[in-house]
Amino acid sequence: MKSKFVFNKQLLIPLAAIVALAIFNLIMDPSFFKITLGTNSAGHPVLSGYLITILDYGSELAILAIGMTLVTAASGGQDISVGANIAIVGSVILRVLCGTNSRPETLQAPIIVAFLVACVVAMLFGAFNGILVAYFNIQPMVATLILFTAGRSIAAWINNNELPIINEPSFGYFGGYIPGIAIPTPVFITIICVIVIMLVLKFTTLGLYTQSVGINEKSSRLNGINPQMIKFMTFVILGLCVAVAGLIKVSRLSTINYSVIAKDIEMDAILAVALGGNALSGGKFNMAASILGAYVIQFLTTTLYKMQVNSEALSAYKAVVVIILVVLSAPIVRDKLKKFMEKFKKKEVA
Amino acid sequence: MLRPFAQKIVIQAIDVERGEFVKENAVLELHGIYKVFPGVKALQNVDFTLREGEIHALMGENGAGKSTLIKVITGVYEKESGSIFLKGHDSEVNIHSPQDAQNLGISTVYQEITLCPNLTVAENMFIGRTKGALTNWKKMNEQADKILKSLDIDVRANQQLATCSLAIQQMVAIARAVDMDCKVLILDEPTSSLDDSEVKKLFGLMRDLKAKGVGIIFVTHFLDQVYEVCDKITVLRDGRLVGEYDISALPRVELVSKMLGKELDDLSDIKGDKTEVKSDGSAPVFEAKDLQSNAGIKPFDFYIRKGEVNGFTGLLGSGRSECVRALFGADRVIGGTVKKNGKVIKISKPIDAMKQGIAYLPEDRKVDGIIGDLSVRENIILAAQVLRGMFKPFSKADTYKLADEYIKLLDIKTASADTPIKSLSGGNQQKVIVARWLLMHPEYLILDEPTRGIDVGTKVDIQKLALKLAGEGMSITFISSETDEMLRTCSRLIVMRDRKVVGELTGDELTQSSIMRTIAGGDDGREDGNEE
Amino acid sequence: MRKLGKKLMATVVAATMALGLAACSGGKDTGTTTAGGNKTAEKIKVGIINNDPNESGYRTANDKDLKAMFCDANGYDASFAYSLKNDEQITAAQKFIQDGVDYLLLSAADTSGWDSVLKDAQNAGVKVILFDRTIDADESLYVASIVSDMDKEGETAANWLKDQNLSEYNIIHLQGVMGSAAQQGRSGALDKLAKENGWKIVTQQTAEWSAEKAQQIVQSVIDSGESFNVIYAENDDMAKGAVEALDKANISHGVGKDVVVMGFDCNKWALEELLAKNWNYDGQCNPFQASYIDEVIKKLEKGETITQKVIIMEEKGFDASTITKEDVEKYGI
Repeated sequence: MKSKFVFNKQLLIPLAAIVALAIFNLIMDPSFFKITLGTNSAGHPVLSGYLITILDYGSELAILAIGMTLVTAASGGQDISVGANIAIVGSVILRVLCGTNSRPETLQAPIIVAFLVACVVAMLFGAFNGILVAYFNIQPMVATLILFTAGRSIAAWINNNELPIINEPSFGYFGGYIPGIAIPTPVFITIICVIVIMLVLKFTTLGLYTQSVGINEKSSRLNGINPQMIKFMTFVILGLCVAVAGLIKVSRLSTINYSVIAKDIEMDAILAVALGGNALSGGKFNMAASILGAYVIQFLTTTLYKMQVNSEALSAYKAVVVIILVVLSAPIVRDKLKKFMEKFKKKEVA
Repeated sequence: MLRPFAQKIVIQAIDVERGEFVKENAVLELHGIYKVFPGVKALQNVDFTLREGEIHALMGENGAGKSTLIKVITGVYEKESGSIFLKGHDSEVNIHSPQDAQNLGISTVYQEITLCPNLTVAENMFIGRTKGALTNWKKMNEQADKILKSLDIDVRANQQLATCSLAIQQMVAIARAVDMDCKVLILDEPTSSLDDSEVKKLFGLMRDLKAKGVGIIFVTHFLDQVYEVCDKITVLRDGRLVGEYDISALPRVELVSKMLGKELDDLSDIKGDKTEVKSDGSAPVFEAKDLQSNAGIKPFDFYIRKGEVNGFTGLLGSGRSECVRALFGADRVIGGTVKKNGKVIKISKPIDAMKQGIAYLPEDRKVDGIIGDLSVRENIILAAQVLRGMFKPFSKADTYKLADEYIKLLDIKTASADTPIKSLSGGNQQKVIVARWLLMHPEYLILDEPTRGIDVGTKVDIQKLALKLAGEGMSITFISSETDEMLRTCSRLIVMRDRKVVGELTGDELTQSSIMRTIAGGDDGREDGNEE
Repeated sequence: MRKLGKKLMATVVAATMALGLAACSGGKDTGTTTAGGNKTAEKIKVGIINNDPNESGYRTANDKDLKAMFCDANGYDASFAYSLKNDEQITAAQKFIQDGVDYLLLSAADTSGWDSVLKDAQNAGVKVILFDRTIDADESLYVASIVSDMDKEGETAANWLKDQNLSEYNIIHLQGVMGSAAQQGRSGALDKLAKENGWKIVTQQTAEWSAEKAQQIVQSVIDSGESFNVIYAENDDMAKGAVEALDKANISHGVGKDVVVMGFDCNKWALEELLAKNWNYDGQCNPFQASYIDEVIKKLEKGETITQKVIIMEEKGFDASTITKEDVEKYGI
């Protein structure tokens, strides 16, 4: 009974944010919700419309939010190297696909191989962060600062600082459309990731362990949990999320720009966790709320693009909305609101 | 912010009670206090009066509402209704925050040290009180030294607090409160981490303050201390006021029965149980030889038989906990061997011990025991779940079933299985932790201070439970600071002094006086002889 | 703590750079990062402060060009420092001055804050040459400044657009990071001509040089159903992102198609798009300043004086209908 109550409470803020943004758009321009079926330049059917755009472009963020939620819960800190790691992952994928020639006529390796290599690399970098945090007890932000700073240089180095471009159309399927299917592929990839993490949380004790470790590490250890292992694992899982997000990112353009790919995405991923009402100091988490939080951010971005906000003011608008959302989803404010509502109710009764 | 009907009550209170307030020479008076938490009526119509120069014990079982009442007085919680009067204020006072309370001359020293360990003693005493940005460090240190000296507290003002013992930290907290010219001093279980001489010193301090006209509210679990130092007792039960009594008019037995809400058939009745669980001289289940951990204890030998209850006794800091932590792998083991049923086993971390059927209820419930934000249910199933393994989670239905079973079995008072454990009272938290380990069905259960900081009723429950489990064949090690608890439950006592096992007492030797003698050492050199 | 963190960061960055460069230089160019032991008196000692070569294709080409020019074989003893942050660049400059370099080559991250360190350089007899970016400092503090004229780049592009004589102009304008020189120059020219000729700016937003953001912005315009026939992207990446969005929505682009696509920087792959007639225009932003700098240094070494302080490099704009394969090879970066 009670858990459901709490569960709903935490989902409430991101849900309310989405509803508020939807209502805002409805008032400003109802055509926001129009979805049309057209064809793309290759002659395949595609759905288009703002809602599709949100689902499409929110994918990477939603996937990263999964891993970031776990890292936050277990370690009470955040990984700020995800953007740089995406650059590395993207670079690795392109490097494997292109071989030594930066502009190959044909792919030098199957895409699945490139992806698997990227997964291994991303998990290694995740493991690197994880070891620093779990075994050397370095603050997650400081530990991941290393890759945050060096990651994009490493990414450039992997491809000898060249910009590979892939002409093979099938590589574009992951960030675009699979011929004949009108829904963007990233949406499916995200759904798969969400299902996988939900199954993992249901059929393993990962959720219980990460929360225990995040709340009380000492006590968790005395209950037989290995807190270091759990923290380490969350970073490796985040690495996996990075690999998937990286594949989508490079597939969208079939190329990479080391300095701007997935720039600042780590901040958005952390924000998604916060918007989900999860304490950034770790402990209890709600995965669904984090994922919703990711879509709130994308909804906001798309809305701002649609409103054609002045370029200079764009970040200011975003900041204002984000501040409101974050303040509202902070546990302290939630408590106050709850109390206020209770008092309000009582007043009505009286 | 007051709702209209609350104001109505306030007006009534003033009309009716004002005269009394003056007559009784009270410094603090509470009328009709209500406080509700989701699902729990924590305080219902509670009155409380504290007079000048009085030490007033606030007694009650866990969950009776003592802590809640204290927190209402100190502004941590806001009352739903009722009124608070203070001497020197013509009308009702409003206390919305701890800062308000402090400004009104209400100071509090909590059971848990709430000071900043990384600051110096003097800084801790003056933090939050210096007006403006400039601080004269030298003057501050001098003043702090003067206060500390006047209270006979053996610590330098510029010493970092973290380097002081817990007892000293507690004394500093009191010194801080005393120095703030308080009219009302609230001591919330201040003695639980102090040794006897320190308690004596504290009592001296309390009597001095009393002579100066300070009203002291004293919350404690130690009945002896209540009768030693207090003038009046107010008893709460289930959030309601039972009554206010003069200390001389309320014998101990009656006090306990009032707290428990039933006629008490005397604590001593469980003494009889012990004879049934005599150890039978069979081979030990667990055995340790020259065991040593990195926590600074000397290597020690140990064994326990099936169905036996033994215990470690000794003064605070003598190494009792460290011994059992080494057995459980909680500290890093650096030497010695452990055998189970004669076969050597390796225990290097808690999970190893758990796999061998050892369970450990840690000494510090808050730091090592509970997972505060998790629900009672999750806290109960945690250890058993870890033992099952990462890929075999209990189904949600199973966890509810198990949790409900143990909530019922141990009579845990909680709104539901999904309530966060941190919102339970201390005794109930402890029961949850006990439930956690029982669920693991251990062969050997280590209870390290299971009765610390919890109410009398639960204390008795836990002792009875230990004896019952032993009767069913479980081996139990019981550690408690209260030797009479140990005498009641244990059939064999291992005595420690200075991080070293100095003796073992069984049978007729199990008396207070022989324990004292062994702990003190001295002319009876038998134990010392075979150790060194 | 913060200081420590920064130091740590700097060390790590330096280490990574060294690693990366070592790996790079193993491949093709002969330039070395530092001269190390074999310093000789005849060699001209230069300290080069540049932005992070990973920042963009432009910077990569620029860095490569500098490394190829300022190497042992050409009689230079060069040290490189990279940062996107002004304060770190200033620190590097101070270090170079202390090391006693003969020339300090500088591409500043920010335009301001350089006065005092350049004065130090002057006092120490170090000659300063700016490349790629100008700074807000007195002209006497540097001997030469080799720059692109971003305003001119923008004008060339905007005039080209005007010359297309489209029946109507509905433009999506994708801006770079606001406030950067390239953005200001390239935006300014378009704004001016749009006002003069009554062109309609459908949307004008910053995609911060990023292809993904450009793709989203163009997607947003497509979703809104507004019509447009020109994409004016202030770099190639953003043009590419825009084209991805067009392809998704089946909107044709390129020579003789529905939408005119314009980019900047002349990345090789972008020029190839021009060659394939998928794009219409690409404006050059010349990253090859090394030969200009070399010329200046040679002159100074001979004792000549530099008469023209600000040297503006020649820059072209390429039209898809006239570009040749040779252009792609020669000007592609």
